[in-house]
Amino acid sequence: MSYRLTQNEADAVFAELLKKFDIYAPHRHVCAGRYSDDDIVKYDKVESLSDVEYKKKSDYPMKEVISPIQQALFYFTEDEYRESKVSSRPILIFARPCDINAQKIQARIYAGNGGFTDSYYERMKDRVKYILMDCEGGDDNCFCVSMHTNKTDNYSLAVKFHEDGSLFVKVKDQDFDNYFQEIKEIEFEPEFVNKNELKVTVPVIKDHETLNKLKAHPMWNEFNSRCISCGACTIACSTCTCFTTKDIIYGDNPEVGERRRIESSCQVDGYTTVAGGISYRKTAGEKMRFKMLHKFHDYKERFVDSDMCVGCGRCTARCPQFISITTTLDKMSKAIEEIEKGEV
Amino acid sequence: MENIVQPKPYKISEVRHETDLEYTFRFDTDIKVNHGQFLMLSIPKIGEVPISVSDQGDGWLEFTIRKVGKVTNVIFEKVAGDVMFLRGPYGNGWPMDKFQGKHLIVIAGGTGVSPVRSTLNFCARNEGFVKDVSLICGFKGCNCILFKSDLEKWQNNFKHTWLCLDNEDKEGFCRGFVTNYIKELPLNEYEDNYEIIVVGPPVMMKYVGLELIKNGFSEEKIWMSFERKMSCGVGKCGHCRIDEYYVCTDGPVFPYKIAKNLVD
Ligand SMILES: Cc1cc2nc3c(=O)[nH]c(=O)nc-3n(C[C@H](O)[C@H](O)[C@H](O)COP(=O)(O)OP(=O)(O)OC[C@H]3O[C@@H](n4cnc5c(N)ncnc54)[C@H](O)[C@@H]3O)c2cc1C
Ligand code: SF4
Ligand code: SF4
Ligand code: FES
Repeated sequence: MSYRLTQNEADAVFAELLKKFDIYAPHRHVCAGRYSDDDIVKYDKVESLSDVEYKKKSDYPMKEVISPIQQALFYFTEDEYRESKVSSRPILIFARPCDINAQKIQARIYAGNGGFTDSYYERMKDRVKYILMDCEGGDDNCFCVSMHTNKTDNYSLAVKFHEDGSLFVKVKDQDFDNYFQEIKEIEFEPEFVNKNELKVTVPVIKDHETLNKLKAHPMWNEFNSRCISCGACTIACSTCTCFTTKDIIYGDNPEVGERRRIESSCQVDGYTTVAGGISYRKTAGEKMRFKMLHKFHDYKERFVDSDMCVGCGRCTARCPQFISITTTLDKMSKAIEEIEKGEV
Repeated sequence: MENIVQPKPYKISEVRHETDLEYTFRFDTDIKVNHGQFLMLSIPKIGEVPISVSDQGDGWLEFTIRKVGKVTNVIFEKVAGDVMFLRGPYGNGWPMDKFQGKHLIVIAGGTGVSPVRSTLNFCARNEGFVKDVSLICGFKGCNCILFKSDLEKWQNNFKHTWLCLDNEDKEGFCRGFVTNYIKELPLNEYEDNYEIIVVGPPVMMKYVGLELIKNGFSEEKIWMSFERKMSCGVGKCGHCRIDEYYVCTDGPVFPYKIAKNLVD
């Protein structure tokens, strides 16, 4: 069932929802961006509908709500590791289709990969329901249509914001029916983007020989001088899951502290470093090759039904060196063509 | 829901000094492991490290640890009676069912002997599990020799044994790299009914693989154990991944057919 809510009605429903749910949404932080007068939009807990930035795609992904950049796993003393606790309040997240679809990709790793399910991911994911936000086509870095992540039916409510403050809502999950009882029904179905300015074709790597030749291809050398291995691309990525575990002691009492999980990046030095200083991908080019192949080959080899990218374009937007993932992907396709023609 | 990264306390019952830099720690524990698996060892405040099981028995596990950095330095301060935290076991371990009834060839170098020690001791303790064992085992020099009493036992129990030191002479040891002795393995005697374990530093495993193929051994029968940076051990953190494989859950043991193609 669908409704059109006036601004007052929408605010009243939101206030009711807040009584039961923690609500997260993209939120604009004025002048917090990289340049002066540059705002940053990222996910935050919100207290009113006016806190929700619905026009601009968030600079940082929705995943931060479910798999935070940092979290405590355990509190320890000398003789015990005690699991950290989180609230059991249900969570509602305003999200676009790309971010919702990214959770399918994260879940394959956190919930099940290698036969293990991570309870820290599950305890968040189990609390979450989505409010699908209308997306009118994103920006010039988006390529969700090429990645088949432009649509989803994984939502409880779907909303479309209007300039005049009114809100179209579709209620898909019966649990929410009672929030809209006094309101008149209308026809409304969420629309999905069906065309982006950017289009990509993910190349097929047909065998191990081609893969190993691609790994050795000179195309990666370009990044040795361009990429500064800062990891901004993976932090901004909707799907990246990697983390490092660290023990931290509290300053005032060295006998107690916590074991934390901190997001990490395959692009950063030290990611593979083992005792004695040995590391496995030393150059920026090798690290880039590892990331690109994970996104557009290795992940699919393992999990079969999708690549590890939803085409949100955040990596391209956040890169201080203006390295574009779609351009890099095109270069990869060209390199594969050369390999297949026997030119390299 | 079970927390897969929850460390639990276990008591150290014995610490043996193998060399100045390598100690073997025995823990009282009922954790059951496959030969070749590893556990994550934790010390609160310091961190966690993956360590292979180097031997096992009823109610105990042993780990042989090389002192190389932050966590292992602190582990070396532990003595019998102290408590440490363990979680696991993780990884696949050696395919023991494939080894059963066959000639087992083991080529191991340096600390690489640890992950295969429990398999070797199992074969020595359970005569008839494999047809026989051929062992090529190498260390850098006299100061690096691990498991001295095991070596003696293995030399007596196993059909063929080559103990090597890279560039030092010692009674009972041959001189040179393990790769030099592969050509002495009696391939005909194995009658195509054999399996091969290879463990050691990455470069050593690479050359041993090539040398085995050169000497007519079948790549289908070679198994290698890998080590990579690990932060979780359970397929979540990503650090150990090579191509579509996670060393922590798909390995650490890989068939040579896969291992030879893995490029980090
Ligand atoms: C499957 C597996 C089995 C292993 N078995 C043994 C064994 O039986 N005996 C033994 O002495 N060592 C073994 N290692 C290596 C051992 O884990 C490292 O020597 C140890 O992690 C070094 O930690 P550190 O804090 O003392 O060193 P630092 O150099 O201070 O390391 C800091 C951190 O880096 C990581 N790290 C460093 N080296 C490695 C490494 N080689 N592998 C994974 N993570 C690393 C750890 O997370 C560690 O906390 C094994 C490694 C793996 C992956
Ligand atoms: S790789 Fe780039 S485009 Fe793809 S999901 Fe990650 S941030 Fe978005
Ligand atoms: S691609 Fe860009 S954002 Fe990613 S590590 Fe390199 S410089 Fe940083
Ligand atoms: S050690 Fe974390 S994924 Fe393998």
